[in-house]
Amino acid sequence: MDDSILDVRNLHVTFDTYGGKVQAVRGVNFSLKKGETLAIVGESGSGKSVTTKALMGLVAKPAGKIPKGEILFEDKDLAKLTEKQMQKIRGKDLSMIFQDPMTSLNPTMKIGKQIMEGLILHQNLSKTNAKKRALELLELVGIPDPVKRIDQYPHQFSGGMRQRVVIAIALACNPKILIADEPTTALDVTIQAQILELMKDIQEKMDTSIIFITHDLGVVANVADRVAVMYAGKIVEIGTVDDVFYNPKHPYTWGLLGSMPTVDSEEEKLIAIPGTPPDLIHPPKGDAFAARNEYIMQIDLEEEPPMFKVSDTHYAATWLLHEDAPDVNPPQAVKKRISDARRNKSSVEEVRD
Amino acid sequence: MMAKYIIQRIIYMLITLFIIASATFVLMQFLPGSPFNELGGKMTAEQEEILLEEYGLNDPVPVQYARYISNMVQGDLGVSFQYDNRSVTSIILDRLGPSAHLGAQALVIGSILGIILGMVAAIRHNTWVDYSSNVIAVIGISIPSFVFAGLLQYYFAVQWRIFPPSFWEGPIYTVLPTVALMIFPMAICARFMRTEMLEVLGSDYIELARAKGVSNNTIMFKHALRNALIPVITVLGPMTVSLMTGTLVIEQIFAVPGIGEQFVRSISVNDYPVIMGTTMLFSVLFVVVILVVDLLYGLIDPRIRLTGGKD
Repeated sequence: MDDSILDVRNLHVTFDTYGGKVQAVRGVNFSLKKGETLAIVGESGSGKSVTTKALMGLVAKPAGKIPKGEILFEDKDLAKLTEKQMQKIRGKDLSMIFQDPMTSLNPTMKIGKQIMEGLILHQNLSKTNAKKRALELLELVGIPDPVKRIDQYPHQFSGGMRQRVVIAIALACNPKILIADEPTTALDVTIQAQILELMKDIQEKMDTSIIFITHDLGVVANVADRVAVMYAGKIVEIGTVDDVFYNPKHPYTWGLLGSMPTVDSEEEKLIAIPGTPPDLIHPPKGDAFAARNEYIMQIDLEEEPPMFKVSDTHYAATWLLHEDAPDVNPPQAVKKRISDARRNKSSVEEVRD
Repeated sequence: MMAKYIIQRIIYMLITLFIIASATFVLMQFLPGSPFNELGGKMTAEQEEILLEEYGLNDPVPVQYARYISNMVQGDLGVSFQYDNRSVTSIILDRLGPSAHLGAQALVIGSILGIILGMVAAIRHNTWVDYSSNVIAVIGISIPSFVFAGLLQYYFAVQWRIFPPSFWEGPIYTVLPTVALMIFPMAICARFMRTEMLEVLGSDYIELARAKGVSNNTIMFKHALRNALIPVITVLGPMTVSLMTGTLVIEQIFAVPGIGEQFVRSISVNDYPVIMGTTMLFSVLFVVVILVVDLLYGLIDPRIRLTGGKD
């Protein structure tokens, strides 16, 4: 994979707590291609945010550590860099959009200054030039009347406008990788759509690679090229959007798809995945999903499943893909979802054409 | 906008002061005894009557009240009953100097040290630095200042003879009382600062600043300090007044000729004009400080700035 810009190999992140060592991320592997959008989905506590914090070097020290693994970016292993070296990369090559725009801007600093800070730091711009660039950025993210807005404070902006400012900050230095940690979760639905549209737009203009964290599968289908499904600190299934949505292989992915409400789901109730995620202080032996798996086999309790190859782009970590495993099909409800989604998609495409 | 706000606030201040002046006047009427009690044995009833007449204390209460208020509006606080006709203003000015000097010194040094201590504790949170700053803060808050005053006086003045034990004759004389007075504000500031700083450092906008690649020092001073200072200013306001107007016990221990000591003496001898004058002085200081604190808020926190709201 020559066009990959970021390679994460066997990444582990742990946190020391009073209860013990939490193994938040337990061996994550993925690569990110130039200009693509990779979505990471999973429920709360699956390690998706921690993974991206590790990429940014923002794992809270001293409790958080990266005991194993590599984050390869431009011939450098980000996991091994010092804080000082990371400061040069953060905000320049890698930048981040946060979840809650209401709290992620400094309330006592003008937004212009907050945007200019990175420019002055990484691109050695003079104040005047940084301000000029900040105005361009505000324009780019669709904030009306930037000349006036640049001298205002965050409390003078609405939630959606603040998220646009946060995006402008993240884009300031033309980052090669943009990490968006649930950027639309805290926004209302109409604003969500606008922000997603904006991000797609920007990606086209700037050719940035995006890692998009979300637990909203609807958003994934909308923005991503590829999807990684995380469970209990590991990626359990990864593939293109079509692979994962229309040909899911992991029972956890089935569960996620089954629990997603759709427009025509009024006749059926939502299917919840039974049970709770495992305790990551003492991760279970074998497959971490075993306890919640309807199709559990003896080997799930004994050995962790490796990543089985489904196709060149599609991999999943479940023993069900082993050649000796019985042939198991997704539950009827999930199949129906998949076929519904397919039909919707093709009809949308027809309309577009 | 700003000027209009300040004028409005000053009008409210004047109303507040008028109410305080009236309330003090009424309360004064309930004080037992008369200003000339002390001299009772040495004065005939006739002489006392002359004095009461002279000072207008035989007039009906409403007349006394009207006279008092109208004099005060003209800046005349009256004449002391005790000090050979000295004006209240001159007594207060004489005594205010040392108190204000001590208070200002203690406040400035104490709060700056406290803010630094609290910041360091938050940055080095859960290390020995944090624990020792916590211990200092708890000691400072829970042990009354006169205990420190006594200890300081005993060791630094009596045992080691580094500083003079008492009186008010030069800068060196201010050291011990300042230290005794500043421990409390220092402890309070350290506590508040630590809590606030920890909260701010855990906030999303600090993480965003980190994500921009901003260095730790810049984060501390440009992003965190200002946000953490807002609540600290709230406690500093009232503390300023109580420090500037003197702490009676500290002034007593170090024989500082301050206003706190004067105030108590005036109450015990029914020196009405001085009591009233001092009360008014404290009140004026208090309302002014509250106004200053409110204006400072706006300076530090744009969310409560008065010019223009959401637009």
